Amino acid sequence: MLVMLFALLIGYHPAPAAEKASLYEALGERQGIATIVEDMLYRIVDDPRIAKQFKGVDIAQLHQHLTDQVCNISGGPCAYTGRDMREAHTGLDISETGFNALVEDLILAMEKNDIPVGAQNELLSLLAPMHGDIVGH
Amino acid sequence: MKTRLAISTLLLMSSMAAQAEPGSRLWATGGVTTIEGSAGGGLVPMAVLSGYASDTEWGGSVALSHAPVDDYTLDVMAASLNYHNRIELSVARQTLDLDTLGAALNQDDLQQDIFSAKIRLYGDVLYNRFGQWSLGIQHKRNRTFDVPSAVGAKDDSGTDVYLAGSKVFLSALFDRNILVNGLVRGTKANQGGLLGFGGDRNNSYEAVFEGSAGLFFNRSWLAGVEYRQKPDNLGFAEEDDWYDVFVAWVPSRSLSVTAAWVNLGSVAGLDDQQGAYLSIQGSF
Repeated sequence: MLVMLFALLIGYHPAPAAEKASLYEALGERQGIATIVEDMLYRIVDDPRIAKQFKGVDIAQLHQHLTDQVCNISGGPCAYTGRDMREAHTGLDISETGFNALVEDLILAMEKNDIPVGAQNELLSLLAPMHGDIVGH
Repeated sequence: MKTRLAISTLLLMSSMAAQAEPGSRLWATGGVTTIEGSAGGGLVPMAVLSGYASDTEWGGSVALSHAPVDDYTLDVMAASLNYHNRIELSVARQTLDLDTLGAALNQDDLQQDIFSAKIRLYGDVLYNRFGQWSLGIQHKRNRTFDVPSAVGAKDDSGTDVYLAGSKVFLSALFDRNILVNGLVRGTKANQGGLLGFGGDRNNSYEAVFEGSAGLFFNRSWLAGVEYRQKPDNLGFAEEDDWYDVFVAWVPSRSLSVTAAWVNLGSVAGLDDQQGAYLSIQGSF
């Protein structure tokens, strides 16, 4: 811990380790990502904070789009073919509460699939910048 | 009396912990309860608001803290409310037992009440690239002023104002999340206010810097450090800056436990006041 704190204080940035599994691999590649997204969607439709936002949505298509998107953003060989984030959420008036609820459902889905903490953090750091395009439009 | 109140507070906390999930913000993003009742760390507030209320929710927290240092023992009871993650209102009662000086001063302890508000001005600690910024105010009222008055304090009440910025950098160090927090406070408080406000050496507001940094091992364990600069208004004794090293455990949104080693420096002429700090918080 002290080593980490010391590293923190002197602003140490770890070199990207080539031998480390890529995020895409750590998430279990496309099949693993598809399972995480499926588990997340099961949580969402059971989550009273956001379930009604997903009423009438084509869940199979959403599952495919989200899987492709996570696959793509994590460095995998997938193309995201859905609408851009801003356009897809305009008119939905997504609240901070709803956004937080979805992130929680994603984290719990990753935990259920034993995704290491580091990979979870890495994926969240890639998704977090979408917040501004998703909330409040 | 104090024990009974503490026990009933704990019972209240455990009954609240049994309730449904408190709010939707992610785990640990409400910080813990500082010794002044505002959300933050142990000694240093943060820009985050207490509990886990998001923009359509309300929530809050209750906390008990205990810090036996070499010649004093600090106890704090605190409670807060958070409305829509926009405004936080909190109250705290601090009791500093004068373990060593009590007999000579014919005074068992120093007490003060703190009424605080914090408003989130901008951003989000997790999702905004510029972090979260909040403005806070802490109105402090001494319940015991004989000792502060005798050592040169000018007022038995005072108001601190601070601007705080906090940000969690996701996956920033060894794939772990890092919390960075800093604030500027305008204050006249001596030893946080327990020795009154203003003094013979200086009786005007002073801007002090406070900061904290921590590393999340996972979503329920965080370790870090805090630093709090302090004024030095009283001629009778030096006042030092405060430091601590802490570990916080946040097993759920309902509960957090914080342990720290604090160094309060010289307090009322007794040097090098160090000791453990333990705080338990329930959120609802």
